[in-house]
Amino acid sequence: MKFFNFHLMPYAELDVSKIRDHGSAWVTFPNSHYDPLVGSKLYNRFLDELEYADQIGFDGVCVNEHHQTAYGLMPIPGVLAGALARSVKRAQVAIIGRALPLVNNPLNIAEEFAMLDNISEGRFIAGFVRGIGAEYHSTGVNPAESLARFQEAHDLIVRAWTETGPFEFDGEFYHHKYVNLWPRPYQNPHPPIWVPSQGSAETIAWAAQHKYTYCQTLGAIKTVAGFFNRYREEAEKSGYEPTWDQCAWSTTIYVAETDEKALNEARPHVEALQNEFLRMPMEMLLPPGYTSLESFKHIQPDMIGKPQTIESLNDAGVIIIGSPNTVRERLAEYQQLAGFNTALVKTQFGTLPAEMTRNNMDAIAEEIFPQLQS
Amino acid sequence: MGHTESIQELAGTRIRLMRGTRAQSEAKPTLLFLHGAGGASVWLPFMDALAQQFNLLVPEHPGYGDSDTPEWLQRVEDLAYYYLDVLEELDLHRVHLVGHSLGGWTAAALAVKNCSRLASLTLISAAGVHVRGVERIDNFMGNPEQSLRGLVHDQALADQLLAMEVSVEERERQLKNRFTTARLVWHPRSYDPHLPKWLHRIRIPTQLIWGDKDRLFPPRIGEEYERLIPGAKLTLLSDCGHLPPIEQADKTAALVADFANNVTAGEGAA
Repeated sequence: MKFFNFHLMPYAELDVSKIRDHGSAWVTFPNSHYDPLVGSKLYNRFLDELEYADQIGFDGVCVNEHHQTAYGLMPIPGVLAGALARSVKRAQVAIIGRALPLVNNPLNIAEEFAMLDNISEGRFIAGFVRGIGAEYHSTGVNPAESLARFQEAHDLIVRAWTETGPFEFDGEFYHHKYVNLWPRPYQNPHPPIWVPSQGSAETIAWAAQHKYTYCQTLGAIKTVAGFFNRYREEAEKSGYEPTWDQCAWSTTIYVAETDEKALNEARPHVEALQNEFLRMPMEMLLPPGYTSLESFKHIQPDMIGKPQTIESLNDAGVIIIGSPNTVRERLAEYQQLAGFNTALVKTQFGTLPAEMTRNNMDAIAEEIFPQLQS
Repeated sequence: MGHTESIQELAGTRIRLMRGTRAQSEAKPTLLFLHGAGGASVWLPFMDALAQQFNLLVPEHPGYGDSDTPEWLQRVEDLAYYYLDVLEELDLHRVHLVGHSLGGWTAAALAVKNCSRLASLTLISAAGVHVRGVERIDNFMGNPEQSLRGLVHDQALADQLLAMEVSVEERERQLKNRFTTARLVWHPRSYDPHLPKWLHRIRIPTQLIWGDKDRLFPPRIGEEYERLIPGAKLTLLSDCGHLPPIEQADKTAALVADFANNVTAGEGAA
């Protein structure tokens, strides 16, 4: 199994009752709660953590993109990936992902990713997402156009990477007289494309058809197994058999000496992430048009934002918290159950402080990698 | 007083149309009512009142309620062109065009393009124009209850409306209406920055009706329409929110009818 260290870069030094009082950490959570003296230290701490992940043997480091939220401070993930492309010496650098529909010129993303691919000398992984519903409140992009813009932006970016220019592109949303990318990507034909999703059937099918790596963002392991199986079915329909490398599972791992100690140490930070940083009203998460009308009819309000305990998350296999032995066994079991060969591991989550994060990373490198990393 | 409802193909799109059924209604002047973002699935007392004096047509917009959702429907401009096609197809003349909220924006956009089949224009709490610095509530961020409470001034009326039993079918219509509205007005939120440049092209008698407590499109927006449409006259309803046809149905219907009748009478005199 390959291990990627996935950072959300939350505004971790926040009194989370502030989020509870406001109702959500997203879109309208006042940025008066952001203190640059705190935030600047967090950015540097988190970049240090990802550099450390490289030093202790993680196969890759990951950042992602969200806007106007204390949940994650990475509205422009290319800035962070740019810093890491130089300081991470060995591991791959992944942005999982960049929200394509939110920009008015997807060529900017093609350029940014091509630069990262060149600077990292081919260690870059290009994640493409639509962005969650809240981003459509934050950016003003019409959620009704999200899916069509995603697909057209994808087509434009891949063409810009693979065809020599200049050529003309005339789409529904994007119109370019001259497409002629400088620089071209380092990897041939282009950086690997990964597609993170919460499990939408359309996205799974689309990723499988394009032979892209499918990343499952959140979910109980049994559900995740269903999604990965669906990916394999869709690949089969497209006439090929995918490897387990093409399935990546995103989870949280925390290791301590005993199960009980691990649960107790991780509890407030896991629950802060799940119940505070992620909290948002349905109207914010799913603006009209972000899903089809048909899909929306099947979404029940109680499916969203239900408070969880660390035990309920751990027992359902959304996260893996425990002693080295427990974590090894469960991870190996989950790998066989769901069929994936890449783990996207959050080692920092919610409000978890620096020292605990480092200890957790060390424990994973020392106790888990020797048996499970390949 | 009754009405008929039918699903019919009109200007190339299958839509639901409600019509008043007063005897000899054909002889009355035609009044075309364009509904707001909430749709027009119900024949309201406001419509009943107008149907006494006019040949009243209440289409459900493409994309709303039981009407089809055509691919071409992407902007309010598209709706405006659609209703120009409808006026032509039905070969209507001297039409009193009345639009509420989103329908008001549509009516204004239509009249900017072509007034030749219109006798008068009435905009009620219309969207479409933005005035810098005027605060508006965002009904895409609120849940259904919060949104309704924001629209209606008298919260006792809001309580009544919220207590009403809503069928599954009606809930699905409301959801569809919300999806279509988002598609049309998401960004810029409920206005067209280019509309004010051309409102001077509306050269037919125009009246503006606004609730003085409208929080979605505050009266300042009505004043802007008044400033930009030649000869337009704004009437404010006191203690009324964004839904004059529901909150003050009689008064609103009377204002619409009196204005249209005066215009028709004026034509007769000329």
